[in-house]
Amino acid sequence: MLAMNFRGPFRVRADRNRPYPEIKHPQDAIVRVTRSCICGSDLHLYHGLVPDTRVGMTFGHEFTGVVEELGSAVTNLKVGDHVMVPFNIACGACPFCQQQLFGNCHESNPQATAVAGIYGYSHTAGGYDGGQAEYVRVPYANVGPTIIPQGMDLDDAVLLTDVVPTGYQAAEMGGIQKGDTVVVFGAGPVGIMAAKCAWLFGAGRVIVIDHIDYRLEFVRNYAQCEAYNFKELGDVVVFLKKTTGWFGADVCIDAVGCDAAGDAFQSLVGRKLPLTGGSATALHWAINSVKKGGIVSIVGVYGPLDTLVPIGNVVNKGITIRANQASVKRLLPTLIDHVMSGRLNPKAIISHRLPLEEVAEGYHIFSAKRDNCIKPVLIPPHARA
Amino acid sequence: MENRNKPEPDKAIEADNDRNIANSPKDHIPGWGIDANPENDPTYPMKNWNGADYQRFNYDKPTQQPIDVEVLHSIERPGVSRVFGTSTPPTGISGAIRRWAFKYSESTYLHWVPLVLADRVNVIEGYIDDLKHGIVPNPFAERGWQAEWKYNRKSLVKNVAIGVAIAGAAVLIMKQQNKKKKRYVM
Ligand SMILES: NC(=O)c1ccc[n+]([C@@H]2O[C@H](COP(=O)([O-])OP(=O)(O)OC[C@H]3O[C@@H](n4cnc5c(N)ncnc54)[C@H](O)[C@@H]3O)[C@@H](O)[C@H]2O)c1
Ligand SMILES: [Zn+2]
Ligand SMILES: [Zn+2]
Repeated sequence: MLAMNFRGPFRVRADRNRPYPEIKHPQDAIVRVTRSCICGSDLHLYHGLVPDTRVGMTFGHEFTGVVEELGSAVTNLKVGDHVMVPFNIACGACPFCQQQLFGNCHESNPQATAVAGIYGYSHTAGGYDGGQAEYVRVPYANVGPTIIPQGMDLDDAVLLTDVVPTGYQAAEMGGIQKGDTVVVFGAGPVGIMAAKCAWLFGAGRVIVIDHIDYRLEFVRNYAQCEAYNFKELGDVVVFLKKTTGWFGADVCIDAVGCDAAGDAFQSLVGRKLPLTGGSATALHWAINSVKKGGIVSIVGVYGPLDTLVPIGNVVNKGITIRANQASVKRLLPTLIDHVMSGRLNPKAIISHRLPLEEVAEGYHIFSAKRDNCIKPVLIPPHARA
Repeated sequence: MENRNKPEPDKAIEADNDRNIANSPKDHIPGWGIDANPENDPTYPMKNWNGADYQRFNYDKPTQQPIDVEVLHSIERPGVSRVFGTSTPPTGISGAIRRWAFKYSESTYLHWVPLVLADRVNVIEGYIDDLKHGIVPNPFAERGWQAEWKYNRKSLVKNVAIGVAIAGAAVLIMKQQNKKKKRYVM
């Protein structure tokens, strides 16, 4: 079958000779992919920042597809169902799944205890081949896959597998109270969605920080918020203090993660060498720009190594840090409702629809921010008719 | 050798006492639980609060996926998780490095740094494997430079021109040096 094939940092290809996935467990399903996104998280793999990313793996954790085949113990789905598949692989039975911490399942990743299994996200996240392919194996199919409601656009559905829940949870973890000033670092798909969702929790003011003008322009319109280019601000923290009456924001959200720009030293030790869990520039700014007793919500992804953050300021300011992988399945009922009722319009962030065959171009355009790219979606041949 | 100074792990763990509230000394502690407040839970609403973990850690595990490929597992868990991915099992030199890395916990640099090293070695193995299968890697296509040609032609052309100029200069210098050497020979 046709699938993305990782060959090394900055090198991927569309490979026609990948083996079809097989049922390996009674709760498995095989899904024929209809839409598959490239995510900012994939860029961390693409840039070589995630340990144990093996040559030959297929990436892709945001996909929709039609159920082709079912293991003997799958009871919640039938062949032919069109489903969206949350990026977390979750058993539904372990203590963490029972608490709806589906991003923290204990039975889906042998390689690391610190993260649950994620489709196509290196062996550090379980060693699963992902959805940038024609077909994909979906474990624990009773738990994750969710039937796409009638009338929902596929492009909306595919964004419900990660970007929308992640942006939403970023705002949720901010514990936003009505009237709060919320600062979102990063105007990528996740930051854009976090800014949009901050209003749903009653934010009084939403400010987005990035350094890519076309994205700032987009988020300003899409999320009706203020948006600033940190390259033009001088000291970002001083700017944010000043604009919040010198107190700091009530809530700061890190929607950037380990590829953050803006600080030469962080970039050197976090991205170039890399000796740390990533460049933590945005997180550093978040901690220093939030008010005393404020909340910092982190959805940006970092590697497993130690990361440089001003932890002393966290203590002295009495900051609460809340962070996690998004628990997609937990949030889907709420978010399906927001999409169906028109409160959220995820598909508007899709800037590129590419055939799966052009996966290498897709990665490059998204990574290098060419052609005003915000969110690329790959469409396999059989879904293009 | 590795374990010389570490306590015997099993002796250090009193598993029966973990989350076994009946065995806890609570009845002998004045004021036990007096300030407990179920609302003091910063994980709301991310965590669906359904009782304390001490009631939850004996769960019915899903069936074990048959382990028919080599799966490295973190030493911070007793074995392989019930389900796992079967993509790209460890092979070659990178595989040997990965096996070694998995002797150390996720809490150590000895685990992660070798894994990063293995990833780089794996890239070279990938080139060799491609050639073995008659595939000549095409870095131009794999790096998506067709898109660069379409959307950022000027700077692509500039970068390629600089590359060619540097390569050209290097060739010239080498030629010069060869000439010098030849002169000495003569
Ligand atoms: N926790 C989760 O469940 C989850 C899910 C999806 C994505 N993520 C993570 O969220 C992050 C964002 O994802 P995305 O798809 O939007 O990625 P993206 O790469 O498209 O967006 C990141 C944005 O941050 C900007 N940026 C860089 N440095 C910055 C800085 N110092 N301050 C402010 N902005 C800066 C970039 O210009 C870019 O626009 C990634 O780390 C991704 O891995 C987490
Ligand atoms: Zn994603
Ligand atoms: Zn679980």
